[in-house]
Amino acid sequence: MFKRAYFGLYLVIVVLAVLPFVVPNSFYLDLATRMAINAIIVLGLNLLIGFAGQISLGHAGFLGIGAYASAILPTHFGWHPLLAMGAGAALTGLLAAVLARPIFKLKGQYLAMATLGLGIIISIAVRNEADWTGGPDGMPVPAFGLLGFELSNDKQWYWVVAVLLAISTWATLNLIDSPFGRALRALHGSEVASSVVGVNVVRYKVAIFVLSAVFASLMGSVTAHYVGFVTPNLADFGHSIELVTMVVIGGMASVYGSLIGAVLLTALPQALATFEGWETVAFGAILMVCMIFLPKGLVPTLAARFGKGG
Amino acid sequence: MSLLDVKQLSIHFGGVKAVQEVSFSIDAGIVYSVIGPNGAGKTTLFNLITGVYKPTHGEICLDGESIVGKSPNELARRGMARTFQNLQVCMNMSALENVMVGAHLRLDRNLIKAALRLPSLARRDAELREEAAGLMRHVGLEQYIDARADSMPYGALKRLEIGRALAMKPRLIFLDEPAAGLNPKETIEVDELVRKIAASGITVVLVEHDMKMVMNLSDRILVLDYGKKLAEGTSEEVRRNPDVIAAYLGAHA
Repeated sequence: MFKRAYFGLYLVIVVLAVLPFVVPNSFYLDLATRMAINAIIVLGLNLLIGFAGQISLGHAGFLGIGAYASAILPTHFGWHPLLAMGAGAALTGLLAAVLARPIFKLKGQYLAMATLGLGIIISIAVRNEADWTGGPDGMPVPAFGLLGFELSNDKQWYWVVAVLLAISTWATLNLIDSPFGRALRALHGSEVASSVVGVNVVRYKVAIFVLSAVFASLMGSVTAHYVGFVTPNLADFGHSIELVTMVVIGGMASVYGSLIGAVLLTALPQALATFEGWETVAFGAILMVCMIFLPKGLVPTLAARFGKGG
Repeated sequence: MSLLDVKQLSIHFGGVKAVQEVSFSIDAGIVYSVIGPNGAGKTTLFNLITGVYKPTHGEICLDGESIVGKSPNELARRGMARTFQNLQVCMNMSALENVMVGAHLRLDRNLIKAALRLPSLARRDAELREEAAGLMRHVGLEQYIDARADSMPYGALKRLEIGRALAMKPRLIFLDEPAAGLNPKETIEVDELVRKIAASGITVVLVEHDMKMVMNLSDRILVLDYGKKLAEGTSEEVRRNPDVIAAYLGAHA
């Protein structure tokens, strides 16, 4: 069964490897890079939402911490970008770990509200601390360099992100089919059953929350360096919802669903640009249709229809 | 010293005294049954002992050491396993994976090693898959080894829970109505399974309504009624106890 699961990974690697040679211009390469960045974030978020059955409506906040750490620390303090990225991830991890214990006493809509509040607080903070963050206008981010080699053009960024995505997909597939991953899925299935077989339910929820938050933070840093500019929109509630939507549309508890969800929802606004002013309406309508006809998400629904796997 | 000692155990839910001042001891290696009419507090008693509920007062000792206030996952570490009256199967996983989760505490649960799929971990997981398949055969679920949990019938899920509990390699197993809702043939199979478990040296605590099964299997029986201990003894003693007869069959029987 899991041999089949890894077959998809090879497909992902092939697509990632071929893509830069077939895209017509740098616009599409940029789109592909952004898709891949989102896909990595969504892989982490799907571990939390789809596999462990917990919700977070504040993940853009964590993404914002990473992005702004990569903007502020090198700009104001002269830190090396890699160190700044690590510091952002560490801060995110710490914040997520400290807050997770009280947050995971909550369930369902209360958990959703707590994470929503957390995300909003972070986004307000970056909006208001204008001396450090540039406020609503945002701020430029220094280029990312390592060992005298600077990541500057789109092609280089694409390859970096593509490799990260391939590794993340592989690691996620490994994780869900491991003792850790089974414990995670088991607490989703039945908390009481998993606790009586010895799973420390709270610890696992905290661990996966922290892990997915750190993923988001690291990719926030990558986004910041790639775009070369950060704005508070990155940390916005709307962005959190977008990420959750990618999980839901692609398919909860589906690794490849995460990828498809990220690809589709990153591409959709571009594809709908022709609707001129109606794109948000079209976007919403498409989501509604998806949820009505594919309530389990694209990949799981199609997998169920066309045989097993997925 | 008994394996499990329960003294003056009580729990109140608001004004409802679900379990009142119940005391008993269970020796290692026996089949101990808890019976009583619906609502007598049998499942509540299980929930108290396995750490799902905290008692209002009273004492529970495992190997002579108090375990009151310990969480279910801590008690699992000490060799306690259970199944549930209302099924608690993880429907988002395959049948085999449900059994594999039972081995949670015996595995390396490191996150980094898992993400990198280190060969040692992968090998252990492959072995576990075999072991879990063996357990499924042991509980009579050979035809469901490749099944999804949500595609299995009720009787099979009951046994899947027993398989999961056995994967823990427990010293003590609590079976909450393993034969409830099963047809006569399945009931006989569960009866045999419980015998096999007891024969393997695991102490069995059983809640069951099927009296034939209880009387045949049990070394000792505890009778609860309205949360109170009504009687305790061997099946012969319990069968003859006038209070038990009155509670079960009406006073004049």
